[in-house]
Amino acid sequence: MRRTSTSRRRPVASLVALAATGAIVLAGCGGNGSSASTADTAGSGPCGTTDPTTVTVGLFGTFGFKEAGLWDAYKKVCPNITIKEDVVEQSADYWTRLKTRLAAGSGLDDVQAIEIGFVADVVQNHKDQFVNWNTVPNSAADKAEFYPWKWQLATTSDGTNTVGLGTDIGPEAICYRSDLMKQAGLPSDPKTLASKWTTWDDFINFGKQYEASKTKPSGSSFVDSAASIFSTAVYQGDTAYADSNGDANVESSDGVKTAWGYATQAAQDGITAGLQQFTPAWNKAFSSGAFAALACPTWMMGYIQGQAGDAYAGKWDIAPVLPGGATNWGGSWLGVPTKAKNQAAAIALVEWLSAKDQQVTMWTDGGHFPSNSDAAAAPAVKNAKSAYFSNAPVGTIFGDIAAKMKVPPIGLYDTQIQQALTTQLTNVETKGTSPGDAFNAALDQIKQITG
Amino acid sequence: MTVVSQTRSGVRRVAKADSERRRHRLPGSRIGYVYVLPFFLVFLAFSVYPWLDTAWVSLHDTRLSTYDQSSFIGLENYRNLFTNQFFWNAFRNTITIGIISTVPQLCMALGIAHLLNYRLRGRTFFRVAILMPYATSLAAATVIFAELFDPKLGIINWALTSVHLPAVDWQGSKWPSQIAVSTIVTWRWTGYNALIYLAGMQAINNDLYEAAAIDGAGRWAQFRHVTLPGLRPTILFTIVVSTIGAAQLFGEPLLYHNGLADGGTSNQYQTLGLLMYQQGWVNDRLGLASATAWTMFLIIVAAVSINVLLARRRERHEVGRRLTGPAIAVAAPEVTAR
Repeated sequence: MRRTSTSRRRPVASLVALAATGAIVLAGCGGNGSSASTADTAGSGPCGTTDPTTVTVGLFGTFGFKEAGLWDAYKKVCPNITIKEDVVEQSADYWTRLKTRLAAGSGLDDVQAIEIGFVADVVQNHKDQFVNWNTVPNSAADKAEFYPWKWQLATTSDGTNTVGLGTDIGPEAICYRSDLMKQAGLPSDPKTLASKWTTWDDFINFGKQYEASKTKPSGSSFVDSAASIFSTAVYQGDTAYADSNGDANVESSDGVKTAWGYATQAAQDGITAGLQQFTPAWNKAFSSGAFAALACPTWMMGYIQGQAGDAYAGKWDIAPVLPGGATNWGGSWLGVPTKAKNQAAAIALVEWLSAKDQQVTMWTDGGHFPSNSDAAAAPAVKNAKSAYFSNAPVGTIFGDIAAKMKVPPIGLYDTQIQQALTTQLTNVETKGTSPGDAFNAALDQIKQITG
Repeated sequence: MTVVSQTRSGVRRVAKADSERRRHRLPGSRIGYVYVLPFFLVFLAFSVYPWLDTAWVSLHDTRLSTYDQSSFIGLENYRNLFTNQFFWNAFRNTITIGIISTVPQLCMALGIAHLLNYRLRGRTFFRVAILMPYATSLAAATVIFAELFDPKLGIINWALTSVHLPAVDWQGSKWPSQIAVSTIVTWRWTGYNALIYLAGMQAINNDLYEAAAIDGAGRWAQFRHVTLPGLRPTILFTIVVSTIGAAQLFGEPLLYHNGLADGGTSNQYQTLGLLMYQQGWVNDRLGLASATAWTMFLIIVAAVSINVLLARRRERHEVGRRLTGPAIAVAAPEVTAR
């Protein structure tokens, strides 16, 4: 789940989890609230249509368009268009509902968000049910806007069919508690730490120093979980959970092998807090100090701020480095189903949302890093600083990492496979299971997924 | 319905001939079918059809994402299931959690009901109070219990360590985690069952107790020889209902692991219900999940049948014993006659 993440937009997992069943039951019967004229034709103006039209947008969690004021802004661009959000709290439930509607061929919204956790499935199994962005009138301009890897993840391997335009990406750095580093008698400024954390071996060795410190708070570990190291390092390989055709391949993946090595080493060296990510205990630890550092994609900044609260402003900082090389965690696309009632208006809306200015707004007002490379280079993005994170120059930190990012192919079951592996890492951390046994147990579980 | 028509026919039997009676009874029964029809229509749409459809899906290799490409594979899903360590693990967990939660729950409910059956001050208050856990939302209760049982921050481990007992890993270790999940079930359902027992107890004729007391039976003997036999149908009902509930246990173990369907990092408290959910909605293997669903259904039918058979056998045995038994034998026929 992690990289692909139900996680990032998941405030109180346990309370909403029961809604899962409800969502499934409801899946079959949601109508779409579109009023409006059918059979719009492409090219009737910049808004796709001149008739008063309600465009429905299917999203999960808190996507941030409304919060960043973009719906209001679009009302000024296209006064005839009314936008109606159709939101499911968790992305896993959203995906189940979307699959149900795709299978039924009805009930689809005009715009459907697609997360990195299931984009491979959409590309492989549902590409014909989504508008192909290579054939829309503005296709060349659309394609030129994005990081090439971002475009490719939503595209068939032959490059002919693209199911969605990118919204945000998740370049990763390391977030840490500078007050805890100081207390442990270790360096606490981002530049020094970045120079000490260039490889995972260095990072783990630094962790051992933290653990050995006599002045660190008792009960505090260096890093939150072995899973945090694993789910970052796995995407630094040439392959992660799938080969270049998108077929699941775990046993011979270089990314899995090296990431498993680092994560289990960290667990056995005792530098991890043994917490499962996105659980209540993990949430509490952002303020309790149970760990001092974690792998930190852009969207994690907002998560940390939400969990740790204002009292910890200035105690958190960000080191401009990711041990082992730049990579990505999370991100989404917006697609338009071919059965959308207001297809032309939906295409116009998605193109507008993906354009530079709007993606800049999403970063400055919402903390969602642009997948539009022009937007990422814009001064407003580059010069952004985060007051909460000790005035860290987050625009340049994440911009530099985004520019260097290497992203391996993703497969249909990345989310579930990663869940199986990180669950077993928890056993290595908390129960002392041997890495070999834990890996075999994960492979057994993965066979249940891939079938 | 049947009761009404039987009594009516009973009255008429005296006055009218056999053939005539049959002619008169039939229209009444037909009206009865009309009355129960709405239920059976709903039952058909929301139970029978899903059952049959689930059976059909269980014979296919089906994923929601590629629903239109499902292929018929016969009993392959069932073969897969019965040779699958995760299925047998969940099967064992369902049984052990079922026993750990149901047995203490029903014993405690019986004890509580017995106490509440006495004339107590504030009896109504206690009767309402024991039902409060049942009225609590499952999600809220489980989240609270998960906090109490949290291995690092929970109050239970805090209490254990403060009296110098070792802390227990209520989340990661097999038996402690199963006990924790069972505790939630027990907490929620004990009061409900106690109330059902209490109702059953109040239906027992007070004369029986007096007769037993005259024959020299103490409180315990009264409980054993008057209350328990009188409650037998009620106890059978609660056992059947609890067995079905235990076989379908889902919400508690799901929320106990923060909404993950794996039932703990080593599946240590994954029940059949959770396994089915994980197969179907997490791993997107609807065919396999449907096979699990049907297997669960058959397991429940088997478990309930065994319960009922055992109860019948015991009843026959009891009646035989009572007829030749000592002092209380006087009371027994009345109990069965009720």
